[in-house]
Order: sequence, then structure tokens, then C-alpha cells
Amino acid sequence: MKSLEELKKIREESLKKINLRKDRGEGTRIVVGMATCGISAGARPVLMSLLEEADKRNLGDVQVTQTGCIGVCRLEPIFEVYKPGEEKVTYVNMTPEKARKVMAEHIVNGNVVTEYTIGAAE
Amino acid sequence: MGFKFDWEENKEKIETLKEVIEENRSKKGSLMPVLHRAQKIFGYLPIEVQSIISEELNVPLAEIYGVATFYSQFSLIPKGKYQIGVCLGTACYVKGSQSLVDKVKKELNLEVDGTTADGKFSLQATRCIGACGLAPVMTVNEDVYGKLKSDEIPKILKKYMD
Amino acid sequence: MNIYRSHVLICGGTGCTSSKSDKLQEKFEKLLVEKELDKEVKVVRTGCFGLCEAGPIIIVYPEGSFYSQVKIDDVEEIIEEHLLKGRIVKRLLFKDAIVEDIVKSVDEVDFYKKQKRIALKNCGVINPEDIDEYIALDGYLALGKALTEMTPEEVIETVKDSGLRGRGGGGFPTGLKWGFTAKAEGNQKYVLCNADEGDPGAFMDRSILEGDPHSVIEAMALAGYAIGSNQGYVYIRAEYPIAVERLQIAINQAREKGLLGKNIFGSDFDFDMEIRLGAGAFVCGEETALIASIEGERGMPRNKPPYPANKGLWQKPTLINNVETYANVAQIILHGADWFKEMGTEKSPGTKVFALGGKINNTGLIEIPMGTTLREVIYEVGGGIPNGKKFKAVQTGGPSGGCITSESLDTPIDFDSLTSIGSMMGSGGMIVMDEDDCMVDIARFFLDFTVEESCGKCPPCRIGTKRMLEILEKITSGKGEPEDLDRLERLAENIKVSSLCGLGQTAPNPVLSTLKHFRHEYEAHVNEKRCPFPHLRINSI
Repeated sequence: MKSLEELKKIREESLKKINLRKDRGEGTRIVVGMATCGISAGARPVLMSLLEEADKRNLGDVQVTQTGCIGVCRLEPIFEVYKPGEEKVTYVNMTPEKARKVMAEHIVNGNVVTEYTIGAAE
Repeated sequence: MGFKFDWEENKEKIETLKEVIEENRSKKGSLMPVLHRAQKIFGYLPIEVQSIISEELNVPLAEIYGVATFYSQFSLIPKGKYQIGVCLGTACYVKGSQSLVDKVKKELNLEVDGTTADGKFSLQATRCIGACGLAPVMTVNEDVYGKLKSDEIPKILKKYMD
Repeated sequence: MNIYRSHVLICGGTGCTSSKSDKLQEKFEKLLVEKELDKEVKVVRTGCFGLCEAGPIIIVYPEGSFYSQVKIDDVEEIIEEHLLKGRIVKRLLFKDAIVEDIVKSVDEVDFYKKQKRIALKNCGVINPEDIDEYIALDGYLALGKALTEMTPEEVIETVKDSGLRGRGGGGFPTGLKWGFTAKAEGNQKYVLCNADEGDPGAFMDRSILEGDPHSVIEAMALAGYAIGSNQGYVYIRAEYPIAVERLQIAINQAREKGLLGKNIFGSDFDFDMEIRLGAGAFVCGEETALIASIEGERGMPRNKPPYPANKGLWQKPTLINNVETYANVAQIILHGADWFKEMGTEKSPGTKVFALGGKINNTGLIEIPMGTTLREVIYEVGGGIPNGKKFKAVQTGGPSGGCITSESLDTPIDFDSLTSIGSMMGSGGMIVMDEDDCMVDIARFFLDFTVEESCGKCPPCRIGTKRMLEILEKITSGKGEPEDLDRLERLAENIKVSSLCGLGQTAPNPVLSTLKHFRHEYEAHVNEKRCPFPHLRINSI
């Protein structure tokens, strides 16, 4: 260890690995429906792409988690985005590509991708 | 209790010990680390092993004997194949571990810090092993028995009998 | 690097390992691979969560679900239900983590609510065998700050200002100790860590070393910088194999990263350290005996003065602190003395870790701000006495301390208040006794311990405690006479004032304190010629 900067670099890298265990409730939460219907509709690749994207973009405060059946099975894969202070947004008929776009547009830049939301699909 | 140290049988172990001594020779305060390793190699510290250490490290045998007998972790007699430890830490004591010790003593006709004549069991009243949530606790080698009652002991010991 | 959506934290402390938490980990890892979840869910083995009673413990993040007493056969259900479908397995939750069907996360459980974790900050949060996780939570930042921005004097001043007092039991101001050793003349100085935790029923030092070994390494390096030493030793009990192993791994990792060794943080400060094993002698917790033991002698205390600060290990100036004390240091340097002083009481700032044991519901390890009352600890954090029994007394300070009765339950806990009610802080063992416990027998138990552990150097302790034990055995076996109580008291006072070291000076405390609060129980033994607690077998060793 030759300098404080070196330490801080390791710190930042490692913080991503364990952020999950602290500061619950702050930051953005993405909940993927992972009941049987969701999984068979392809929820797992969607979830993996969300995780990859969060990692690549260094989004340490974004939590990706799973839940059971969200209820509208015909629109699976579904995930919901909870941002502090904002209304919940539900995205439907997701694919890994669409998920990446939501990550870039909504999570990072703050613009809801309206065309993918449940409102547009209904 | 007579336990005989067999020089021939322990030849390899003695070589290992000498290597360990060589590694530690330049270390300050090397006696304790060497004794720890020796006990690991032989399972106990018979006077013969102490003499080897004395000659190699150039420390009087009396001093080594003094250290070896001072610390409860060092044993001058071989430990049993199955080492029974009953925790007598406060948390275990309050929950009745003394009755566990008494039961083991009676079942195996064995004193605390002793080894049975067939070399199978030895008994120690250990200090707190830190499993206070499981009090009272008994260990047999690596196996831990928690929240134990003394009438469960014969059944446990039986597992190790054959 | 991979980001995982869920972390499964499995307690790897000694308590939970004793109830097979290592097997749980294997099973989790195996099943996660089988179900192809191993890229999404990470299994981490951490240090002690503290609630040993409910072990083995598993916490699943991000929800913070607190599973207790998990069995091998439950693993599959947790994976299927929780990790796959996101449904918390309610039947496995710790009893307080689910109230009227509302699930609470781990930090909302009563056991943790009153706690304030400083020394145990990382225990149960990080993987102790991964230095990166320690660094992620500000690890080694204090050392970096000190080496690049502070003079050794400033480090000592900060520790002094914080008011940190020795957590090993003495309560001596840590900063003063550091100052003395820094001022002592000598070309070679040593930094020692006392991890010879001997008080039966106290295991906080072990938990810190098992759960967060780097916090001790970092603090010892800080101490080395402050006093001008380049060599440290940790003297640790050989009975703590997991702690020894984790500490060695941590030392190796710190060396690899250059956090131990030469020119740390590009400064001209060098520091390295080594582990030395104890061998089962309680008296080695006394600092001069510990030094004798590292030197390779019988661990017998030496006369003071000279104090270790001037003539310690190999006659060189030596700083010696306890594990828990060190565990506070890096955070004090990082956040400042004022931050630390905000917690606790004026004369005892900060927190203290206690090991709760005996007749109490939540057996385990807790850390509370100084000034919390005993009642809060026993009834709120500790969850009260099991089986509807009545509280009788709590023993603090182990074999050197005394018992505290229900009249004193509202005493705020700090170094001075515990001394004023006839006990002491000690290293933090807290054993609760209920109405069924015979206090004379408890006193006999502690004395039996000190007789066994007396090193034999000075006669008051060697012979005196033995005589006291004989009188106590006479009383507990129904042969006592009324005069025995006065004999006991007189002998106790003599041993207190004439023994060489702390062990002897405090050995009579459990007897004196039970005599004071429960004299009627002694009298009952003597008058009825038997133990008034019928379920207790007459004790004759």
C-alpha cells in the first residue's frame, strides 16, 4: 500500500460487493417477479442483465431483488422500480435488452421508459 | 499410570521436532512455540521430548519442566483417542455442567485430567469454549453436544466405545 | 467482479460453528450450484451475530431476514421459497423477528435495538477472511489518515481526548498509557495485544478476532506509529482455534497488501506483527505475566513498578492493550474524539461489549452504550429470565467481580458505578442467576477457579485462596460453623491487600459480595447443616 488513493480505490471497488448488507431502504430497488410463471416467461435472464448492468455502471446503491408472483402473469417477465420519493413504476414484457434500456434511461437518467410500462401495455 | 515412550517408534516424529526447533531457533522467546508444536507432534510432552528440546535449545530441563507443568494445555501423559471436554465456564456451570463431569467420571471410572488405561478416553474440565448459547456443553474431539443432561451421557459415550 | 442480488450470511462464530453452521454453508453452496443460483446469490461466512442462543443463525440480505436455529434440512426450503420465489420462510424466523405476522428485519429486532455497535461494527457483516470487505467499510482508512496527515503526538492526543478506557477490565485511560510508552526511552519498543481472554463466560475478544480481525491489526499499527514501535505481538489463547486461524489469515492479507511491512502508505513507518499462543493459564491475562509467557517462561506476574511502559517485553518499553480496546481505536482516529464522547457517560465514553449468559433468554454477545442500565440489558436486550423464574443476581467481572442484586438493577453501567455497588466492569462477562441458584455455591465455583489458576508466586494468593476454598467447601457440604463466616471475611480482606497481582487482589470479591448480599444463605447452610437448595447436590470435590 503506497498511498491513500490506492486504498480508496480498493474501498470503492469492494463497497459494491457488500452494499447490499447496509443502508436498506435508501437508493433504488428493482423487484423482479420470480414465481414459476415469471421464470418460465424468462425472468431469470432479465434479472441477470439487471445485475450486470448495475455492476458495469457502478450502481452500488441499486438493489436488485426478487419477489413472488406479481399477479399479471400474461405480462411476465415483470419488474417494478421503486425510487425514493417517486411512484412505483411497473415494467412488463421485459427482455434483457429492454431491461438494459430501463437501467440506462430510468435508473441512471431518471426518465421513465413509458412504452414499456404496464400502463402502455394495458 | 505408566506410559512408556518408545524411541524407535517415535523416530520420525523426533526428526520433525528437530526441524521445528531449527525453524524457531532464532526467534525471540522460542520455547513456548516449540512446546506447542511438540505437543502437536507427539500428542503430549513426555520427559524424553523435553530433554531433546532442552539439549537443542540449550535451556535447562528444569526450566522446561517448569513451563510444561505450569500451563494446563501441556500434558505430560498421552491424551486418549477420544478427548472428552466438559465446559466448566460460568454459563455452563450455572446450567449444571458439574453433574456432567461427575457422570463421565463415574461412567468411565476416570479422573479429571486422566486417561483411561486402554488409552481410549481422557477427560478435561475445560474453560469456557464460548458456546454459551448451548450450555451446558460437552465435547468429544470435534463433536459438540449442547444443552445436555447427565442421563444422556451413557448413550453418547457408547458411540465411541467400539 | 460480480454483483449479487442476494447475500446469505452464515454465522461462523464459535457458538454457531459448534451447532454445525459450517455444514449449513456447504449445503447452501452445493444447492445453489445445483439450482444455478450461484451467480446471483452469494454465501458469506461472517463473525458472530451475537445472539448465540438462537444459533445457528443465517441472515439473508437485502431483506435482512433473520433466521435462527436453522437445520440442514431447512436449507432447501430457504432456497426454494426465499431465494427463488422471494417468500420469507416465516416459520424459521427468529421469534422476535415476526410479531403478529409482521416480519421485522434483523436491525429491528429488540435484541439489537438498544445496542450500539462500535467494537462489533463489522462482526456479522463482513467476511473476516476477505480484507477487501474490511476496506470497503472504511478499513485501514484511519491508518492511512494517521500516516499521511497526523503526527504521532496527534494520534495520542486524539485517543486521550476520546476518553477511551481499557476494556480488559481495569478501565485505565488508554491515551495515557500510549503517552507513557511514547515518552519512554528505548531504541526498540513493542506493541502487545492481550487476547488471553480468561474470564469464564466472556468471549467478546474471541468474537472480535473471529469476526473482524483487521480492526485489531489496524489499531496495533496505529499504536506502533504513535509510540514508535515496529513490532507487535498478539498473545491469544490456544483454546480459540478459529480466532487464531482467522487472525493469521488477516495478518497475511495485510502483508500482501502492504498494510503491514515496510514503508506503509509510502511513509517511513514500518510495522509487522506475530501471533503467540497462550497455553491455558488464566493469570497470563495479567500484563506482566503475559509478558513473561511470551518470553518463554512460566506466566507469573512481576512486581510493578517498573511498569511495562518503561520495562516490558525483553525489558523494552511495551504498550499492552486488550482486544476490545483496540477495536475502538481506528474509529476514534477516523471520526474524532468528539464523536466517541457523544456515546456513553462522561467518565466512561463509548460502548462496552458484554457476554450475556446463565439464566437469561437471549444468551449471547451484546454491545451497549455505557450508561445503559442493568435492567435494560437484562430485560430488554436479554429478554428476561426463562421459565418464569425470578431474577436473583447478576455476576459481572467474573472471578474478580461481584454479584449485583435486584435493588441495583437501575444502576447505569459504567466503570465507576459498577465499582461503587461492589462489583466491577471486568472484561464483560455477565452471568444471570435466578431464584434456584445457590449463591454460596456460586462463590465456591469462582474460588475453585482462582485456586486452580493461582500461579503460586505469592503466598497470600497461593495459600490464602486455598484456605478460603476449604472453608467454603466445609460450609457447602453441611459441616460449617457460625465462626466460619467471620474467618472467611477476615481472610478475604487480608488476601485483597497483600497479594502481588490483580488475580489475588480480586479473588475474594465473589465471596465478599455474596456474603454482603446473601449472608442469609450462608447462615442457612451453617444452621441447617445443608444446602437450602434441595436440587443442588452437596458439592465435595
